[in-house]
Amino acid sequence: MNSIRKKRIYNICLVILFSISGVGLILYSLNSNLDYFFTPTELKNKTIPVDKRIKVGGMVLKGSVERISSKVSFTITDYENSVNVEYDGIVPDLFKEESGVVVLGYLKNQMVFAEEVLAKHDENYMPPSLKIVNDN
Amino acid sequence: MIKKFIHQFASPKTFLLQVDKFYGLIFFTSLCIYIFSIIWGLLFTPEDFVQGNSFRIMYLHVPASFLSQSLYIAMAVSSATYLIWRVKLAAYFVIAIAPIGAMTTFIALVSGSIWGIPTWGTWWQWDARITSTLILFIMYLGLISLHNSFSNYEKADKLLSWLVIVGAVNIPIIKKSVDWWTTLHQSASITLTNKPSIDPVMLYPLIGTIIGFFGLIICLILISSKNQIFIREKNKSWVKDYV
Repeated sequence: MNSIRKKRIYNICLVILFSISGVGLILYSLNSNLDYFFTPTELKNKTIPVDKRIKVGGMVLKGSVERISSKVSFTITDYENSVNVEYDGIVPDLFKEESGVVVLGYLKNQMVFAEEVLAKHDENYMPPSLKIVNDN
Repeated sequence: MIKKFIHQFASPKTFLLQVDKFYGLIFFTSLCIYIFSIIWGLLFTPEDFVQGNSFRIMYLHVPASFLSQSLYIAMAVSSATYLIWRVKLAAYFVIAIAPIGAMTTFIALVSGSIWGIPTWGTWWQWDARITSTLILFIMYLGLISLHNSFSNYEKADKLLSWLVIVGAVNIPIIKKSVDWWTTLHQSASITLTNKPSIDPVMLYPLIGTIIGFFGLIICLILISSKNQIFIREKNKSWVKDYV
């Protein structure tokens, strides 16, 4: 390999190194700001102004879903801490107990008043018949 | 001998003749694999236990997303090859792949949005995975328009190649976004280290669609590279003979 090519390889490595370190520093400084939602534990350790719209995500606690006419209330948990949510509207089809959920809303008196409820599904796919076999 | 083989293959003329020889074979094999697996996936797999029938859009979404990132890596490798060894064919590949990469990224974004409506309850959210994929799409468009803005091909190729290499930093970010941050998008089902979290009856057609889609996209890239050769080498006598 001649010296010109060596120099070109060196230059390319340098460019890659600089772009990785540049973007890496940006991502490092943004840190958790790139998170899509807060977990209930993060929410507990933060003071959030009442007029700030936030997203809270986690699992719907088993047995916590209550429906009164069009209103629905439930508890989001990350199995360490949990937060209660109240929502007036239609929930997505995938919304159910013990499955992932993300709500957008305002925090007031340790309670989230949601404006939007999104369902989050995980990376597991299987036929329903197999699910029953696995559960037993 | 290997060096001689690479040198020969890197000549646009040999490449063109080889493409003509194998194109039909690649096209029909991948078309058959793709059609077979998409029919298998859409009609003959059971429903998912959570998502019901809507999970089936993954037979379009996953191959497109996979290709959108792989094609960028292919562009980056071609760019490096061009910058280090000044192989002209590599430069043709870079600009030939760019619009096809943009297309697959677009398919990935649109099919993901369509998938999001029945499952998440929204078609667009600014989470890390979705946003970084949108950045990839915009990057593809930017690279294409950058190349178009030059009338001097050599300058355009060099600048494009450098920019492709700088932009490659986005690929690991897309890949790891679901692990580094909390996202609405689920994390990877198929990884190199763990057992796939998709049941085999759903996984096999998915692998088939990925392979088939991959082959079809390679065919598109071959045609597109042929076009580049015709455009760039239009004054060569063998191109005139070929046409």
